[in-house]
Amino acid sequence: MSKIPEYRRYIPGTQPPHLHPPYVSSIKRAPLQPLVVLPHTLSEITGPVFGPEITDVKACDLTRQHSGEPLGERIIVSGRVLDENSRPVPHTLVEIWQANAAGRYLHGIDQHNAPLDPNFTGCGHAVTDSEGRYRFVTIRPGEYPWGNHHNAWRPAHIHFSLFGPAFATRLVTQMYFQGDPLIPFDPIFNCTDDEKARNRLISQFDWETTIPSQALGYRFDIVLSGRESTPMETHAHGEKS
Amino acid sequence: MSLQATTWQTVGPFFSIGLSWLYRDNLAGPGISGERVEIAGRILDGDGKPVPDGILEIWQANSQGKYAHPDDPQEKTVESGFTGYGRVPTDDDGRFRFTTIKPGRVPGPDGKLQAPHLAISVFTRGLLRRLITRIYFPDEPSNEEDFALNLVEAARRGTLIAKRMDGRPGALEWNVVLQGPGETVFFDV
Repeated sequence: MSKIPEYRRYIPGTQPPHLHPPYVSSIKRAPLQPLVVLPHTLSEITGPVFGPEITDVKACDLTRQHSGEPLGERIIVSGRVLDENSRPVPHTLVEIWQANAAGRYLHGIDQHNAPLDPNFTGCGHAVTDSEGRYRFVTIRPGEYPWGNHHNAWRPAHIHFSLFGPAFATRLVTQMYFQGDPLIPFDPIFNCTDDEKARNRLISQFDWETTIPSQALGYRFDIVLSGRESTPMETHAHGEKS
Repeated sequence: MSLQATTWQTVGPFFSIGLSWLYRDNLAGPGISGERVEIAGRILDGDGKPVPDGILEIWQANSQGKYAHPDDPQEKTVESGFTGYGRVPTDDDGRFRFTTIKPGRVPGPDGKLQAPHLAISVFTRGLLRRLITRIYFPDEPSNEEDFALNLVEAARRGTLIAKRMDGRPGALEWNVVLQGPGETVFFDV
């Protein structure tokens, strides 16, 4: 068997550290020992495979999961899932969750004094098409206060979870909105050193996906780790056994 | 390389809204061959307190050492219904539990087979990105020669190996200590 083409490791500074004291919850949960660098094996370059059969149509429209329509501003969130080599990542599972328009999550431990919406769960999932595209219809989530520090408020955001083709390509992140005044003060958004990397978490308003009289469009492209080299290149290095 | 990978963000405390639809605590349904094991444990923080808002994901080969994935080139079969994927949350006491089969040995980077193991992702509120670890099996002679276990200093290797539960055949205990004494070994993948 030829040497396994590994997935690329993250560029230093472009990912959050495990310990980021301004995000208070990280203080007792971040490991203090150095991580052990693990060369990729078959266990890391494979990963769970989910087909389109896993999701139903309603799962990508968060405004049609109940008998009535949720309150708030209807929006389209769409984009492409690509790898670092600019190749689309087709047929991969994208999961999202979010607060409602009032900034309240449908979750027992959310104590925020804002109303729940009987017509909004805040959960969706979809599988990318052959070009790596995904699309959700939802409502714009509200900002909300949290207990991290005095007068702490989270900017509006949508949580994203993606698998990609391998165990090594798993990603969980959050999408933000252009112009949100809370972004500069948010310890979670600001946990990554590299400013450009941080700013790529901010979705862009998009006329192309805006539906007249219906919903504004926001574009959020997501990049997963790509292969270090192609199997052909690997062979050229004489690694074939 | 033309693009840069998107940065991680924490799952936060409310992930069950988006992730519970895919909870899978049994990776070995009827018809899946192999030695059945139940693995249970807790996620603990740096004060030894349980982590009630955590989630584990499991990725593993079948009992033949074959992954249900197109990039596994081995000429072995995967039973229909076996995906090798699990996802379990912690409860109020930080406890998780899942049932699976002990995987077979899969090839390692040095041409040798790896010891049977599960690849594990840990997500919790407070973790800005996932933690990656592995679960190995007790009384398994191949652990001695496993390349990944041998990357770890001997004193910490035990954090990666599940323990038998007394009087309960097939039941294994394995805990995640996020920080401090007995801290679990986490990998940079």
